[in-house]
Amino acid sequence: MSKGFTYSVLFVISIFILFVLSLFLGSVSIPSQAVFQILQGNEVEKQAWTYIILESRLPQAITALFTGGAIAVSGLLLQTAFRNPLADAGILGISSGANMGVAIVILLIGNSFGSVNGFNLSYSMTIVFGAFIGAAIILAIIMGFASIIKNNVMLLIIGIMVGYLTSSIISILKFWSTSEDAYSFMIWGMGDFSGVSKEQLPFYCIVVCVSLLLSILLIKPLNALLLGERYAANLGVNIKFIRFLLLLCAGLITAITCAFCGPIAFIGLAVPHIARLILGTSNHKSLLPITILIGSAMALLCNLICVLPGASGVLPLNAITPIFGAPVIIYVILNQKKIQYFH
Amino acid sequence: MNNAEVVIKAQNIGIGYAKSKHNNILYNNLSFNLYRGELVCLIGANGAGKSTLLRTISASQPAQGGDILFEDQSISSLSEKELSQRLGLVLTDKTSAGGLLVKELIELGRYPYTGFFGQLSENDKSIVQKAMEDVGIAHKANSYIAELSDGERQKAMIAKALSQECPVVLLDEPTAFLDIESRIEIMNLLHNLAMYQNKTILLSTHDIDMALLLADRLWLLSREKGLTTGVTEDIVLSGTLDDFFKRDNVVFDRYTGNFLPRRANNRKVYLKADGILHHWTKNILERNGFSLTKDLNDAIFRIEVQSSEQVIVEYNTIKIEISSYEQLASFLRKHKTL
Repeated sequence: MSKGFTYSVLFVISIFILFVLSLFLGSVSIPSQAVFQILQGNEVEKQAWTYIILESRLPQAITALFTGGAIAVSGLLLQTAFRNPLADAGILGISSGANMGVAIVILLIGNSFGSVNGFNLSYSMTIVFGAFIGAAIILAIIMGFASIIKNNVMLLIIGIMVGYLTSSIISILKFWSTSEDAYSFMIWGMGDFSGVSKEQLPFYCIVVCVSLLLSILLIKPLNALLLGERYAANLGVNIKFIRFLLLLCAGLITAITCAFCGPIAFIGLAVPHIARLILGTSNHKSLLPITILIGSAMALLCNLICVLPGASGVLPLNAITPIFGAPVIIYVILNQKKIQYFH
Repeated sequence: MNNAEVVIKAQNIGIGYAKSKHNNILYNNLSFNLYRGELVCLIGANGAGKSTLLRTISASQPAQGGDILFEDQSISSLSEKELSQRLGLVLTDKTSAGGLLVKELIELGRYPYTGFFGQLSENDKSIVQKAMEDVGIAHKANSYIAELSDGERQKAMIAKALSQECPVVLLDEPTAFLDIESRIEIMNLLHNLAMYQNKTILLSTHDIDMALLLADRLWLLSREKGLTTGVTEDIVLSGTLDDFFKRDNVVFDRYTGNFLPRRANNRKVYLKADGILHHWTKNILERNGFSLTKDLNDAIFRIEVQSSEQVIVEYNTIKIEISSYEQLASFLRKHKTL
């Protein structure tokens, strides 16, 4: 436990530093003196700076903080539940399912609820609901396949196929929809941490927190599931109920993050591995909290790198996450003989 | 007469899967009792339904008709938690527990007893410690499961079942992937648990020789004859075992409890040797197509073993002295067609 505690402190400090850096650095250069003043609630010479810090950088940093932790946890849940170290919401097609849900809401129901840019609770909820239904349906389908297909790699390929299928449904929907609706959907689907406005932020954070709380409920049964479902059932785990909770939790995380930030690659896949490797354990009691912390730190770091080009523009988030994620996965695959949790 | 206490009782149960398309019921009227403190070995050919029977007893799959009673309570009426405190399982399933410590794995056995986060009380910890000591894995408590040998892994799983504090432990082929030393060790461990801790242990196995040595009771399962149960010695002496494994080229030796390949040995030899020399000389003779006779007139030749370096072979008034079994082997091979 002391190892877990040391790393917790370490990651909390890095998260704090990265979070503060996210406020000071951005595509618009603002003197740090001014940032201090704005954060203390004082007036600064340029009104635009206050707007950028409070309406853009702060919500974006908070979004990165919550999103990173949540998608890392959803990756961990899926890896343990499917007993497949290469599972995550993206590979299993669950993100595509969420996207399809959003597409159906925006393209079929249309933008009748109000503007996309302003905050409208019922509209946001409809979008998230659509994303959740899409994600949950795909997750349930994958769970169904998992009970038939025992081969890990085959299951991943099924996930990729399901992802293609949902993508083609989205394309067909786009083809038949009005150009305004298609544009609205494109805005949603861009995917970065700036997708959550200051007004939407409380709603976003509450949903993410609820799903993280749900994941904490799952710590004990997840450990039993490491032994496989039959052993877990023999230890008194109600498999059907736990499956339902997993579906709810991973579905909710994928839904809310995809609906607002778009599909974010590699954080869900790689972070649980980083956590297992540094902690040297598969025990979710320490693994899950550390996964949340590393996920948040990683998201903040990637978000920070995106704005490094400064005035020349912002890099897309999904251009940065693979730079950290892909080497981790390659390392894990190359060293799987030596890594305990593969055996 | 049987005074033993029945822990699990089943009467005319069916096992298998009831599917709408084609019924896949393996048996439809199995009856059996499991007695407290007994080690029971379930023996049967591959495909006989050993695993299905174990799964049915552990309520992992429903009985097709009939009811299984655990101390007079129907197992289908027990909750997951109640069941997990009565029946411990050790399976052949592949786990992904390699990243857990041995201690952590065995602590999972306390799952039915611990609270929301699985926090262990002092009592839980001492039960886990005792379980590790009972199976002899305590020295590996802080090793990863991934670092254990197959035998040690099996011990850890047995310790997990022990820390569940179940009166009954079911094991599906616990010695299947083990080397010979580990097989003996695991079987002996299970025997001791039944004998000294009064656990009821039911395991499926292909190791008939170990089962004959250590099982209090045998359950023989075959698609043709159904389930036959009985005290090991009764099963052997009544000839049930001979019938059970009736194959053209396998014979069961009731004296030694071994299954042997059937040999068409009609060339007879008179052997004079004592003890261990008699045993191994008989072995080499039988392997080379000879059998023993007590009548010197029947014998093709006569062998007298004085020591492993002094063997005298007499035939047709010729007398050969042989100084090793190597030489004896080549002699026998030369006279295969005698």
